[in-house]
Parts: sequence; C-alpha cells; structure tokens
Amino acid sequence: MLSIRNLEVAIGDKKILNGINLEVKAGEVHAIMGPNGSGKSTLASVLAGREDYEVLGGEVEFFGKDLLELAPEERAGEGLFLAFQYPVEIPGVSNTNFLKAAVNSIRKYRGLNPLDAVNFLKQMKEKMKLVSIDQSLLSRSLNEGFSGGEKKRNEIFQMAMLEPKLAILDETDSGLDIDALRIVSHGVNTLKNKDNAVILVTHYQRLLDYIVPDYVHVLYKGRIVKSGTKELALELEEKGYDWIKEENSVLA
Amino acid sequence: MDFKENIITHFETFKKEVNSPAHIDEIRESALNKFSKLDVPTPKHEEWKYTNLKNLVNKTYQLGNKNIATSSYTHKYTQFINQYDEKDVNILVFVNGEYISALSHIVSPSNELIISNLSQAYREHSELIEQHFSKYATYEKEAFVALNTAFAQEGVFIHVPNKTEVKLPVILHFIADASATDVICHPRNLIIVGKNSSLTVIEHFNSTNTPFSTLTNTVTEVYVAENAYCEHYKIQTEESNASQISTIQAVVQRDGRFNNTTVSLSGKLIRNNLNIKLNGENCDVYMNGLCAITGSTHVDNHTAVDHAMPNSQSNELYKSLLDEKSSGIFNGKIFVRQDAQKTNAYQSNRNILLSPTAKANTKPQLEIWADDVKCSHGCTIGALDEEPLFYLRSRGISEGEARAMLVFAFADDILERIKYEPVRLYAEKIIAQRLGMEE
Ligand SMILES: Nc1ncnc2c1ncn2[C@@H]1O[C@H](COP(=O)(O)OP(=O)(O)OP(=O)(O)O)[C@@H](O)[C@H]1O
Ligand SMILES: [Mg+2]
Repeated sequence: MLSIRNLEVAIGDKKILNGINLEVKAGEVHAIMGPNGSGKSTLASVLAGREDYEVLGGEVEFFGKDLLELAPEERAGEGLFLAFQYPVEIPGVSNTNFLKAAVNSIRKYRGLNPLDAVNFLKQMKEKMKLVSIDQSLLSRSLNEGFSGGEKKRNEIFQMAMLEPKLAILDETDSGLDIDALRIVSHGVNTLKNKDNAVILVTHYQRLLDYIVPDYVHVLYKGRIVKSGTKELALELEEKGYDWIKEENSVLA
Repeated sequence: MDFKENIITHFETFKKEVNSPAHIDEIRESALNKFSKLDVPTPKHEEWKYTNLKNLVNKTYQLGNKNIATSSYTHKYTQFINQYDEKDVNILVFVNGEYISALSHIVSPSNELIISNLSQAYREHSELIEQHFSKYATYEKEAFVALNTAFAQEGVFIHVPNKTEVKLPVILHFIADASATDVICHPRNLIIVGKNSSLTVIEHFNSTNTPFSTLTNTVTEVYVAENAYCEHYKIQTEESNASQISTIQAVVQRDGRFNNTTVSLSGKLIRNNLNIKLNGENCDVYMNGLCAITGSTHVDNHTAVDHAMPNSQSNELYKSLLDEKSSGIFNGKIFVRQDAQKTNAYQSNRNILLSPTAKANTKPQLEIWADDVKCSHGCTIGALDEEPLFYLRSRGISEGEARAMLVFAFADDILERIKYEPVRLYAEKIIAQRLGMEE
C-alpha cells in the first residue's frame, strides 16, 4: 500500500531525512522508534503533506499513486491519516462541526453522498464508545484547552470516524495514562483489519505490548538504520540507543 | 467651495428652519463657532494619521434633512428595516438624518421606555436635555463633534426610568440616500439609562447605492446611571459611496455596565470613535469590534477608555479581517487615573491580512497613573495561521473550506459576544455568505 524509496527531505538548509526506504503492506503494523530529533515526525508530516518541507529526492507511492503530488486533503481522501504528535488547538471551530466537515469531505472525494445528521450522529456515538471519549469534549472547540491526553484521544477518535487505510500515529501513547493507553490501543486493535495498516511512532515498548507490531524500525539521523521484529523493541528498551549510535557512528 | 465654508453657509438657514429652544441655540452657536475655528483633520493630526479625509471634504454637500418623510417612496427603505428576523422590537428610522415616523414603531410601553425624535425631546424633556445633552461629547477639540452639535436636531432620545428593564431592544436604522446630490447628515442620539435599569440599543447604518456620496457624521451620547446596564451595538453595512464619522461617548456611573460591539462590514471610509468614561467604582465595560472588509474600504477604530475611579474593569477585543485593498486601523487608549486603583484593563487587537494588498495599523496607548492596577495589551498583524490550516486539510477538508472555517471562527469570536440573537445571526450570515459557507 505504501512504498517509500530513497526519500530525502530538508527544511531550509537543513537536511533531515537522508534516504528513507519503507514498504508497508495491507494488514501490517509497523513501529518506528529512534532517538529525539532523528526525523520521525518529519517523515510523518511529509507523508501527510505538510508544506514546510522540501523533498530533495526519492518517491512515495500510496496504492500506486504518487503521494507527494497530492494535496493534504487528497491524501486524506486516499485513506491516509496522521495522528499528530502535537495536535493544534483551533478556537471557534467546534469539534463536531469539524468532524462532520471532515467525514463528508472524504466521502465526497470517494464519490459518496454526505452523511445526513442522523447517520452522522449514529456513527459518532458508536465511535465515541470505542475510544471512551466524553460528549462534552465534542461540543467544545477543536482541541482548545484539552489536556494532553484528551488531545491524543481525540486524534484516535478522529481516526475511528475517518476509517483510514493507513494510520500513522505519531507518539499517540505519550501523555496517556495507563487506562487511556489501554483504551486507545483497544480502539486501534478493533479498527485494525487485513485491508488497512498502521505505523506507530513511539518511544516506549509498553505501547507495543498492546498493539503488537509486525516490524520495528529504528530511525537515526534521517535513515532507517535497523529493522526487525517486535524483539528489536525489547532490545532497545533494555539497551537504549547507544549501540545503534555506535554502529552508525560513520553517519554524518 | 471649501468644506467648512459650505457648511457654515447652511447654518443660519438651518437654525431658522428648526427653530429650537434658546438654550439649544446657544449650544449650536458655540459649537459652530468652535467648528469654524478648528481645522478639518488631515493626516498631519496625530489622531488622523492613517485616515485621510481629503476625498470626503472636497465635496459640496447638501444638508440631509430635506423632507423625505413627506415623499411617497419610503418603501424603498423597508429592505433595510426588515433585515433582522424579529418583529417584536422597537424601530426608529432615519433617512439622511431625518426621522421617518411612517417607518418607525414603538412597541415597548411608555412607562418602560421614553423614546422620541431628539427635536421633540428638546421641548418635551427640556430638563433631561439640559442635564445631559452635549455634556459628554465635548466639541472643544473635535471638529466633527462640533459640527454635529451645531446641527443636532434629529436622532433618538431615549430615557429609561429608574428600576426599569426595557425588555425589547431598540433598533435605530440610519439610511443614507444620496439620490440627487452629495449628502451630509448629522444624526444625534442621547440615551439615558436610569438607575438599576437596562436597555439594548442597536445602531445600524445602511446606504442606497447611488453615484453620489454620503457623509454621515453621527454622535451618540450614552449616560449609564448607577447600577444600570446598556448593551449597545453598532452595525455598519453601507455601500461603497457612503462614509461615516461616528462618535459614541458613554459615561458609566458606579456599578454600571456598558457593552459595545461594533461590527463594520462595508462602506467607503469609516471612522469610529468610541470613548467611555468609567465615572464610578465597580463599573464593567466591554468593547468588542469586528472589522471584516474588502474592496478599498477603510475602517479606523479609535477607542478610549478612561478609568477615573477605583475597582472598575474594561475589556477590549478588536479583530480585523482585511481583504483585497482594504485597510484597518486600530488605536486603543487606556487611561487609568491616579485615583483609579485596582483597575483591571485588558486590550487586544488582532488583524488578519487576507490579501497582500490589504493593510493594517495598530497602536495601543496606555497611560497609567495609578500604581495598583492590572493592565495588559497585545496586538498582532499577520496572515491566517498555517498550522490549523494544515490540520484541517490533513483531515480531508479542502483548502478553501478550511480557510473559510478558520476565518469564520476568527470573526465569530466577536459576533458570539452579541447577546441579542437576531443581530448576531444577521452578522454571522453575512460573513458566512461571503465565505461561501452553506449554513
Ligand atoms: N521547522 C523546522 N525548522 C528547523 N528544524 C526543524 C523543523 N522541524 C524539525 N526540525 C528539526 O528536524 C529534526 C527532526 O525533527 P523531528 O521532529 O522529525 O524529530 P523526531 O524524531 O520526531 O523527534 P522526537 O522523538 O523528539 O519527536 C530535529 O533536529 C528538528 O529540530
Ligand atoms: Mg516527533
């Protein structure tokens, strides 16, 4: 479904991604780990279509389409979803109205009729239950004044509403308490099926106890320097990143 | 003919025609005298730095009040009057400054609301007039206030007795209609809200779209007595032939509340002066402003809040959405006098430039003479934030729709503060329509 080849990305003069290669197939769960500042969020943002970045080289295919050619909203329409590491607060835009606009925009992109108020509400109720999100959060402005954990939960709620084919969760586990982590993981696992895929960006093995990855990758200095199975995450948890850094000390 | 000369030549005839009581004539004479001595402001005046009146004062205006009331075509004004989705309301209509009784109606009982054309109040409420009229909007230094005062004849006079809640709002429609010549008019309002009483007033400005120019030079004096509450809105939706210089002078007594929301949506040149004096302890004042303009509309909001006594608070939020070649000016003064300890005064001005040719200028001016006060101010000028835009787009919402949502939210932050719903809905609808939003 997603195929990244030799992706090189810079912000201004600073090169951040130095040739990323990654294949994600339907039904898979990939975890991306790596030290702070290694480029994980950059990769996620470039995939979602943030415009501050300059793509210097490489290509990204999503279901056979050139992803980098598409506007952010078209990528969402194609089935890409990014749960942000730091979801932005948008005062004055109600969470519910926003969701309705999002759901119907994506339906429109796919040639479907907009959901009417009744069906939208029905779907919302169902998905609210799945991630145990409180009604009161939804009548408020989008993320405004939400606690860190509430913001993360809201991201997963949006994911549940939009039913993407590829969800990239950028440190969605950070800032969640243990119960919330369990609930969010349960939500992700419930939505997971053989036709969709998840990329988990995380620093913590504990998330991977709940959402078990098929592959674990280590991103360091803008490259995937190691890939393995879920055991790699355990090894990282135990040993830290020093050995990775040493193995790759030749990287600039 | 020179602007001033032209006006002054009208004065004697005007004075004879209106035949006011002696003490009003005295005020007129004195105001005209001041006007003739004061310069018409140019950008060299500090307070008029960004607002150039040269294309307004180069015209030879006819005085507005020319017996429109007797003509039969008043129906052309009903479109302006029926804009709010509300029938149960007091309405007064003024065309080119002249009161049109045929289009006006008062529904509030007379023990709740004493209301009339100002000229009528000159005779029927001479005591209140002597006590309040021209006592707050001083014309010593303000040429346009002096001019308005010299010609003050029509406009609303409102007196809410003590301990009275006026349940239905008063909507004042000022319509500028220059059908055959350029027209200047001088609506003058006096609003007195008695002790422990409350009132909602809306001033709405419209114009007919004609090849001629209009200049509406209005002054509203508001007296909010002890523990009274006045909710006041100014809505400006004139055509691009219409300009206005519009002064509100409010005085708030102890425990009084005065809220003004000014919404400027179109017109040629608008200068708003909002001056509020907090003349007692424990007053509470809100100044909200939304300026959402396009084309080459110019809006200049000058506000001044004068904290004269302790323990009062003022809250100011002005926002501008400036598109195409429009320009928005904000100048906000906060005075805290030495006696006004424990004052809370907040001011914020935020401007969004929606096009590279739009311009904004903002200037906070704080003068604080008391030491135990909380004051803050802040201003921003910039384009729409990229972060929220990206967030919305990443959820599938098109760039156009995402922009519309964010711009609407920015504007609605002000409109939400309008407590009288028909006015809020009216303004929201205009903004939404402009943004091409469905609902
Ligand atoms: N807008 C920007 N301007 C300049 N540098 C940036 C910008 N955005 C990111 N960077 C830099 O790019 C590098 C990679 O950042 P990125 O956010 O992708 O790291 P990360 O792997 O997600 O880190 P973390 O684990 O802390 O979230 C960092 O050095 C960061 O400072
Ligand atoms: Mg990150």
